[in-house]
Amino acid sequence: VFTPRLPAAALLRSLAVLVGCELAGNLLAGALGLPVSGTVLAMAGLFVWLIAVRRVPESLERTSQGLLRILPLLFVPAGVGVVAYLPLLRREWLVLAAAIGGSLAITMLVTWATMLGITRLLSRRGSREACDS
Amino acid sequence: VSAVGVLAVAATLAVYYAADALYRRSGRHPLLHPVLLSIAALAALLEAAHLPYPRYMDGARLIAFFLGPATVALAIPIYRNLSAIGGSLPAVIGALVVGSTTAMVSAVGIAWALGAPPLIVRSLAAKSVTTPIAMAVSGEIGGAPALTAVFAILTGIAGAIAVAWIFPRGDRVDWRARGFSTGLASHAIGTAHAFTLDETAGAFSGLAMGLNALFTALVLPLAAALLPHSLRGH
Repeated sequence: VFTPRLPAAALLRSLAVLVGCELAGNLLAGALGLPVSGTVLAMAGLFVWLIAVRRVPESLERTSQGLLRILPLLFVPAGVGVVAYLPLLRREWLVLAAAIGGSLAITMLVTWATMLGITRLLSRRGSREACDS
Repeated sequence: VSAVGVLAVAATLAVYYAADALYRRSGRHPLLHPVLLSIAALAALLEAAHLPYPRYMDGARLIAFFLGPATVALAIPIYRNLSAIGGSLPAVIGALVVGSTTAMVSAVGIAWALGAPPLIVRSLAAKSVTTPIAMAVSGEIGGAPALTAVFAILTGIAGAIAVAWIFPRGDRVDWRARGFSTGLASHAIGTAHAFTLDETAGAFSGLAMGLNALFTALVLPLAAALLPHSLRGH
């Protein structure tokens, strides 16, 4: 699939980096008693590191691309766990539809309006300053 | 791994492969999202085979294991998407903080006001976040990750459908604002759809998805630890 092929050593090293980050995140979250998930902490740590070094190592990039292309498959097994909640879903489906639909609509419109509002506020101020100078 | 475990892995791969093929053939119609189809098909298979979920998971956790490193790897696209910000940094930060807070508070608020049980309320809080991270956050705040996976996917599908008509018809279309609000509210599924409408909308949608995932994953567990019983788990 990859051309030229990613050497096995580079692939394994990148996988080890990702699993190592996850382990470090879990250990850190556990040691500090943080309420944040260790995996998410690891992702945030890698994100901050990428911002600091301002580049993504090529083997890590390509290994991650491979992994992320099948990401949806990876959460199917946990999702199947919904079988345990079918009676609950059957009872609460109307509330769920209202909460998901309502929250989605509110969130989209509020976010959109906030972004437009700030953009317009700044561009108006920017043009006024341009006139002043 | 037992023979049933191997069967669980094979069934998961086969069902996902078929669902993904169907989704592609439909021109990626949001209602045919392969994860939703796969979960429904596998749930029906377990039911028909009288196989309890723990026995299925005995094998399927081999697949689920890779969710961890893949979630860590999400840092890379989130980092790449930062380049979309350009000169919009103040608007992006403002829309992120306001939008992300709105997403959490409105979902929890509506469900709570309508009398939903606490497990449902907690499982809904991260519904706008990209599914793997939403599941991790849900587990932290005492929700059910399996429920959150389904809620997040349904939210994504609804967002992908809503993006075409929800914004008021106005003077001039701002694709950055439309894309950002779509990605913030409906993560990867909304983003995939935003890309079909406009390249800039897609880039800002991806940016918002990543920033909202980070913001929610760090803020929600802290908020849940501070808030009284309505949100607290464990």
